[in-house]
Amino acid sequence: MTAALALGDDALVLSHRLGEWAGHAPVLEEEVALANIALDLLGQARLLLSLVGDEDELAYLREERAFRNIQLVEQPNGDFAHTIARQLYFSVHQQGLYEQLAAGDGRFAGIAAKAVKEVAYHRDHAEQWTLRLGDGTDESHQRMQRAVDALWRFTGELFQPVEGVDVDWQALHSRWLETVTDVLGRATLTVPTGPQSGAWTAGAGRQGIHTESFGRMLAEMQHLHRSHPGASW
Amino acid sequence: MVTWTSVEEELLSLAGSVPDPELPVLTLEELGVVRGVDVSEPEGRVTVRLTPTYTGCPAIEAMSADIERVLHNHGVAEVTVQTVLSPAWSTDDISPEGRRKLAEFGIAPPRPHDAASDGPVPLTLSVRCPHCGSTDTELLSRFSSTACKALRRCVACQEPFDHFKEL
Ligand SMILES: [Zn+2]
Repeated sequence: MTAALALGDDALVLSHRLGEWAGHAPVLEEEVALANIALDLLGQARLLLSLVGDEDELAYLREERAFRNIQLVEQPNGDFAHTIARQLYFSVHQQGLYEQLAAGDGRFAGIAAKAVKEVAYHRDHAEQWTLRLGDGTDESHQRMQRAVDALWRFTGELFQPVEGVDVDWQALHSRWLETVTDVLGRATLTVPTGPQSGAWTAGAGRQGIHTESFGRMLAEMQHLHRSHPGASW
Repeated sequence: MVTWTSVEEELLSLAGSVPDPELPVLTLEELGVVRGVDVSEPEGRVTVRLTPTYTGCPAIEAMSADIERVLHNHGVAEVTVQTVLSPAWSTDDISPEGRRKLAEFGIAPPRPHDAASDGPVPLTLSVRCPHCGSTDTELLSRFSSTACKALRRCVACQEPFDHFKEL
């Protein structure tokens, strides 16, 4: 069950973070794009969490320490560049992961085959923005570089093997690095040189250890359901 | 005498006649999302297999409810709509008639997948403006009012339009 929980929580938490842009995105088209990506991720989360138990209970009634998502997806939206950097790192990874899962015959093959086609659009979206911001004005370039640097230390956890997810993690990592290096290079950005995880973060999210802002995000995500159990509209 | 097969065919065409909740010009059959109908003997319980266009498509619940209602009205007492994921839906499942209706409705239909490419994105055919037919069109946004559409503009007639993007 841990595998479905891990992948489901990644999708759920990132979906919620992207949803926070509603009403705040720089332009209307972007607002719609982020909401659509969030909706795709929510669909994945529902399918994956349903393999574990009741999707609503899992999303709304678990404590912070019971969430198994990687720390990258819970990082605050920051400025638009941070959101795009997080999206680039994650969607390149998710595309590679789902491609491998879809090619196999494990329990996630059906979901992965469905979702990988959507994730290709997420990745394309993140890539186009990375190019535009990186190779844009001095200001956008600086901000984009700051964002890819700041989130770099959370990327190691993407390749921490998850029990029950039968893929070649090594290959996943090297392909990810290749792709991200290519995109950042074309965006005139520098690939960060620091470690891909701090000693204290390595695999922590998968064990239920999360960063400070995650508790606040959960409080907001869960408060309606907890205050009005069973409410519907 | 009526055979089960012809009953199933009739139920399939009934379920397929339900309009898509978001694009009511299309039926579910034209959209290619109804995968099959089973009638279990002897109870006569009907199971309709439905596949979502996108994993997060909120319309799937409305589709299920509409299918149940139509079959109930046809005298079927017990209807279950089962969501199936495999094989994943593709825009190639939209029928030629469905494509024609989309264009008529002002939405550029999805281009067929190039057999040579395996990814959903890389395509070289240009998107034709559903208003004037020009192929000189440009992308405004990868996502439009719903995840399944992109927003484009025609350079020739200046009209913006939705493009049902390839999946
Ligand atoms: Zn035109």
